[in-house]
Amino acid sequence: MSEVQKKITEKAKDIYGNIKRKNKPVLKSPIRALSNVRYDSGDGFFELNGSMKSRTLTASTVKTFAQTLKMMSFSKDLIETDDIATKREAYYVSKNWGDARFKEQTESDTVMDDVEAMFEVNREQLGFIPEEKGGEIAGKLIVIDKNLDTGKEIRIDCTKFGSGAYSIPSNVEELKFETNAKFILAIETAGMFQRLVKHNYWKKANCILISMGGVPTRACRRFIRRLSDKLKLPVLVFTDGDPYGFLNIYRTLKVGSGNAAHINRYFCVPQAKFIGITPQDIIDYKLPTHPLKDVDVKRIKDGIKNDPFVQHHKKWERALKQLMQMRVRAEQQALAKHGLNFVISNYLPEKLKNQETWLD
Amino acid sequence: MTETTIGLDAFNEPKEEDNKTSKPQKKAAKAHELAKKQREISIAEFFEKNRHLLGFDNKRKALLTTVKEAVDNALDACDEAGILPELEIVVTDMGNDRFRISIEDNGPGIVKSQIPKIFAKLLYGSKFHSLKQNRGQQGIGISASVMYGQLTTGRAAKIKSKIGETHPAHYYELKIDTQKNKPAIAKDEVLEWSKDHGTKIEIDLEGSYLKGGQSVDEYLKQTAIINPHAMIIYVNPKGEQIIFPRASEQLPFQPAEIKPHPYGVELGILLKMLKWTKEKTIKLFLQREFSRVGSKSANNILEKAFVIPKAKPSRISMEAAEKLIEAIRNTKIMMPPTNCISPIGAELLEKGLKKEVNAEFYTSVTRPPSVYRGNPFVIETALAYGGTLQTDGSIQLLRFANKVPLLYQQGACAITDSISKTSWRSYGLHQSGNNMPQGPCVILVHIASVWVPFTSEAKEAIAHYPEIIKEIKLALQELGRNLYRYVSKKRKVHDELKKRSYIEKYIPSVAEALKEILQYSDVEEKNIVELLEELLEKHRGHVEDVKFDETKNVEYDEEFANIGKEEKEEEKDERSPEENN
Repeated sequence: MSEVQKKITEKAKDIYGNIKRKNKPVLKSPIRALSNVRYDSGDGFFELNGSMKSRTLTASTVKTFAQTLKMMSFSKDLIETDDIATKREAYYVSKNWGDARFKEQTESDTVMDDVEAMFEVNREQLGFIPEEKGGEIAGKLIVIDKNLDTGKEIRIDCTKFGSGAYSIPSNVEELKFETNAKFILAIETAGMFQRLVKHNYWKKANCILISMGGVPTRACRRFIRRLSDKLKLPVLVFTDGDPYGFLNIYRTLKVGSGNAAHINRYFCVPQAKFIGITPQDIIDYKLPTHPLKDVDVKRIKDGIKNDPFVQHHKKWERALKQLMQMRVRAEQQALAKHGLNFVISNYLPEKLKNQETWLD
Repeated sequence: MTETTIGLDAFNEPKEEDNKTSKPQKKAAKAHELAKKQREISIAEFFEKNRHLLGFDNKRKALLTTVKEAVDNALDACDEAGILPELEIVVTDMGNDRFRISIEDNGPGIVKSQIPKIFAKLLYGSKFHSLKQNRGQQGIGISASVMYGQLTTGRAAKIKSKIGETHPAHYYELKIDTQKNKPAIAKDEVLEWSKDHGTKIEIDLEGSYLKGGQSVDEYLKQTAIINPHAMIIYVNPKGEQIIFPRASEQLPFQPAEIKPHPYGVELGILLKMLKWTKEKTIKLFLQREFSRVGSKSANNILEKAFVIPKAKPSRISMEAAEKLIEAIRNTKIMMPPTNCISPIGAELLEKGLKKEVNAEFYTSVTRPPSVYRGNPFVIETALAYGGTLQTDGSIQLLRFANKVPLLYQQGACAITDSISKTSWRSYGLHQSGNNMPQGPCVILVHIASVWVPFTSEAKEAIAHYPEIIKEIKLALQELGRNLYRYVSKKRKVHDELKKRSYIEKYIPSVAEALKEILQYSDVEEKNIVELLEELLEKHRGHVEDVKFDETKNVEYDEEFANIGKEEKEEEKDERSPEENN
C-alpha cells in the first residue's frame, strides 16, 4: 500500500471511529494563502505557517464533508488501479455521486486542493493530473521514460526535435536524465523559445532550453527541479521585464505560491536565478517600453508590502522600486530593436558573463 | 330627534364690489346695477354646480355614491331601531348610460310628513347636530342623489315607506325645487305593502357600471365584511344575484349620543350654541350643553374668562366668547365618555377578513378609545398575510369609517399616511422609504367615532389629525409585531427544514465513501447512516408545520372573494377589436 493510500485509509478510520463513539468528526487542512506562508531562507521556498482550517461535521458542512470523503475514495481507487484522472474528469466522475455531485468544476477543484493540502501531498500522488501542458524542452538532454505497454526504457534525445520540442508530461516523477549541458535556461514566452531553438542557441551555449509559457505548471516546475537536482545544473530564468514576469513567473518557480504552499517543497526551484530582463537592462540596453498598467503598479505595491519573498530579498525590493520609478515595462522581444538575433549574439552572452546583473 | 334646517350663511353674503377704476359718481350707479344681479344662491343650485364635492364627479362614481348613501341610511336606521338589517339592492341597466337603483330595507320606516324633506331637501337631517357614531353625518347624501338623478334623467325619485303593521305604506314621487331647496311633490299616494315596516327608494340616474376596485360590487362586499350582522341581497346590472348572508346574529352595541366635549368646540359653533340654548345662565349652559362639565369646572372656566356665572347666554359678546374658548383650553376637563363608540370587535373583524382572503396568518388589534378635539374615537385593525395573496406589488388596504367602506381618495387619507409612515421593514415586509409596504398582505383599518373628520363632504378620506394618526400607527405597530413573530417563526422553520433535508441528502454519501475506503459491508454502511442521523439530528426537536394549508381557513369563501374583482379576460375581449383598428 502506498503512502497516500495509507493516509487516506487512516483518515477514514479516524472519522469512522469518531462516528462510532458519537463524536462529531473533524477534517483539518492548512489554510492555503500567501498570508499563511513564510519564506524559509535555509530551504529557499515558501513554507506553511501553522494556521489550519477545521471543518466539524454539522448540518451546514455535511455537503463538503461528503464530497471530500468521496474525493478521497475516488483518489484511493485511482491509486489502486494505477490510473489517473484530469481535474475535469474528476468533475465528471462526481456526476455519479448522487446528491454529492459537483455543480461546477471550480467546486471539485477546491475539494481536490483541500484533500491535497490535508494529506500534504501533490495531486499527482493522488492520481489527479492537470489539463494544461507542462512546458517544452529543446537542447542537450536525454529524457529516459518507459514504454507504457512493455515497461521498456525509452531514450528521448531533445536535440532531435528539429524545429519542434519535447513536451514535459504531467507526471515527471519517474523520469531519468542524461546531459552534458552547462545550464538550464527557462524562458517565459514561446516566441523567444522559438527564436532560440531556430538558431540552435542550445548548441552555441551548451544548454537546455525550456519554454514555460507564462507561469510554469506544477509539472514544469517539478521537471526543472528534478533535472536541476539530479544533474546539479544551474537554472537561469529569462522573462519579460515586468512585475508579472518577476513576481508571478519567477517567484512562483523559485519559491512556490501561497495557494500551493503545502506542496511547495516539491515544486520549488530554490537554485533558480533571474537573468533578465531586469529594470536595469531596460536602461542599459535602451529597450523600447510600455507604460506600467494599473495592475502592474498594484502588483508591485502588493509585492513590496505582502510578499515574504520580496521582503527577504532586498535586491528584488530595490529592483521593484526602480521599476516603479521608471513607470515602464519591457518585453523579451523588445531586444529585436537592435536586430532580430541581438538576443543570441549580444544580450545572452553578455548577461551570462556578467553575473552581477542577475537577480536572486 | 332634533330636526333643523341649516342655513349656510356664507352663500347669502353679497359679493364685494371691485370697481376701483371708475369715477366715484359712476361707482354708485354701478353698485345699483350689480345689486339687481345679486340674489340669494340656493344651496341646491350651489351643489348642482359643485357635484364633485358630494361624490358625483363621474358616472361610475355617481352610481356608487347613490347606492352608498341609500345603504348607509338604511343600516343606520336599522341599527338605531335595533333591527337586524335586511337589504335588497337592485341596479338595473336601462341602456344609454341610464341605471335604475332600487334599495329596500326592513328598517323602522319614515313618518309620512318627513318623507319629502328627508329625500328632497338638502341639508335636512337628524344627524348633523348629534354627536353619535353614525354612518351618515351631514344629511346631504340621499337628497343629493335624488337631485343628481333628477338632473341627469329628469325623473322623480320614488319612495315607499311603512312604519308598522297597522299603518299604511306611503308612496311619494319627489323632485327638488333647486331654486328654493324645497321638495316638489309629484305624487303622494297610500299603498298596500306586505312588509311590516321598511323603506324602499328608487332613483333613475346616469351612471356607468364597471367591476373592480371602486365598484358597487366591491363596496357592498366590504360593507358585508364590516357589518357582519347585516343580510344583503344584491342584483347587479348583469343580472347576477349575490347574497351576503348574515355572519353574526348579534345586534351591534347601540352607541349613545353625547353632548359635545368643550375641547372640540370652536368659536363659530360656540356662538351658535349660545344663541340657540334654552338655558337661562351661562353656567348652566356650560354644564348642560357639554359633556364632562360639572359645577366646579364650569366655575373654573368662567373665572378664567372673567364672565359672571349668572350672565345670560344670548348676551355673551364675541369677545367674551373668545375668552371662554381660551379658558376652556386652559382648564383641565375630564375626557369624554367612550360608551358612545361601537367598534366591531377584533374577532368579527378577523372573521370578515377571513371570508375575503385565504391567507396563512391573521391578526387583529383594537385600540382603547382615544380622543381628538374632544371627539372620542376607536381604531380597529386586522391583517392577513401570505397564502394565496399576491407576493409582488403593494399590500392591499381596506379602509372603513363608522362601518362604511372608503373606496376613493386612498392617497389623501390619514390611514394610508399612517401605514406608509410605519416602518414595515422591521416587521418582515418590503418597503422603500415612506411608501406603501410591499408583500402578500391585506391590512384593514376601521375608525369609529362620534364625528369622523373627513377631508371633504364626499367622505372618502380621513383628515390628518395627529391624535388619529398616532392611534392608527400604534395599532399598526402591534399588528406588525404579531406579523413579525409569525414571519420569523416561518423563516426559522424554513431554515431548519432546509438543514434537515440537507442532512438527509448528504449523509448517505458520507457513509458510502467510508464504506468504499474502508471496504465495509452494506450492513455497516446502514449502521453509519443511522449513527450519523442520530449524531446530527439529536439536538433538533420537533418542527412546527408552517406550510400553507389552503383548506385550513374554513371561513374563506371564494365566491365572496371574487365579488367586485375585475373580469380581466372579458375586458380583453372588449378591447381587442379596438387594438386591431
